Amino acid sequence: MPLLFAHLMQTGFGGFYDGVAHLFLTPSDLLLVLGLALLAGQQGPQGGRLLLTLLPLSWWIGLAVGQHWGLDFTLALLTTMLFSSVGVLVALSLRLSPLLLAFTVAGSGLLFGLINGFTMPSAASGLPLDVLGVVSGVAVLSVLISAQVAATRSNGFCIAVRVAGSWIAAAGFLSVGMLFKAA
Amino acid sequence: MRWRWLLLALLLSFLPSAALAHVPEGGAGSVMAGLLHPVTGIDHVVAMVAVGLWGAVLGAPAIWLLPVAFPMVMAFGGVMGLLDLPLPGVETGIALSALVLGVMVMLQQRLPLALAAGLVGLCALFHGYAHGVELPDGADALLFSLAFVGATGLLHLVGIGLGEARRLAWGHRLLQVVGAVIAVVGVWSLIQAGAA
Repeated sequence: MPLLFAHLMQTGFGGFYDGVAHLFLTPSDLLLVLGLALLAGQQGPQGGRLLLTLLPLSWWIGLAVGQHWGLDFTLALLTTMLFSSVGVLVALSLRLSPLLLAFTVAGSGLLFGLINGFTMPSAASGLPLDVLGVVSGVAVLSVLISAQVAATRSNGFCIAVRVAGSWIAAAGFLSVGMLFKAA
Repeated sequence: MRWRWLLLALLLSFLPSAALAHVPEGGAGSVMAGLLHPVTGIDHVVAMVAVGLWGAVLGAPAIWLLPVAFPMVMAFGGVMGLLDLPLPGVETGIALSALVLGVMVMLQQRLPLALAAGLVGLCALFHGYAHGVELPDGADALLFSLAFVGATGLLHLVGIGLGEARRLAWGHRLLQVVGAVIAVVGVWSLIQAGAA
């Protein structure tokens, strides 16, 4: 068994569920997907559609490339700064152009997919179920949250979304500080 | 009906706390440490609650602006503390923040939004700095930070919830009392900081 299996959650239910669990048990990945979903939802239905199209696709491409290279590093500082920035955008409730949103979503998906790919073994044959699990988790989570944010017009809910963004950003900033201190 | 709730509370109080021993070290330990860190100092707790209370007193948009801005400014202070950047009078600043915010709540003072936000931001900077300096080594950075920020946000929420009592007939009196208690804790912290 390759050593890199140590980075993948073993649920005992098979590769697909290992992939889903990997997303939900990796805080930085989860916070990025949450942040992007909130951000896309704030842009309305168009943002949600763009997210659902680009994020799983770019994540999948990144995963495939990462698995092909088979390196073992995490780029923790870069990923933390990335989702912190997304949190700031959500907290500020900024209106982004579709092009900028697409660039942010695709770039984030590629980077995080790439790092996932480094830590996941490639399937020797057949469909890589763990990859399918991660990408399905990303797609389902992003569509559920962005749709809810896009559909809800309640003022209180919009404030809660911005507060959630500020929490993501603040947690990210503190983590960056701790990473700098540890370095 | 009330005796049933009392009975339930009594039964729950007999539950063994030994189950806590099952919390694994590492990730979950970091979450617990992050959740508990902001609530272990009374001066921090009262100041966070006071931020929510004062936001409620000020009304919209301060009621949501302060809880959105506070965590980010606090995190900035935390990074300053983590990187050992100089910030003079941290303990005094924290004690003063409880005192000033308590007085603001007690008097139900309605300052202009920019001034209120600046004051609360300054408090957030001192509190974040102190937490940054005290952060435990070896904690899972992200889980700890997330739990820490979440716990702080929940303390704001407690303050906002308490502040909503102002809509009741006796609510203003309650806010005055809570504000006074917070101010007293601030004075006590100030004396402690001076003695240290």
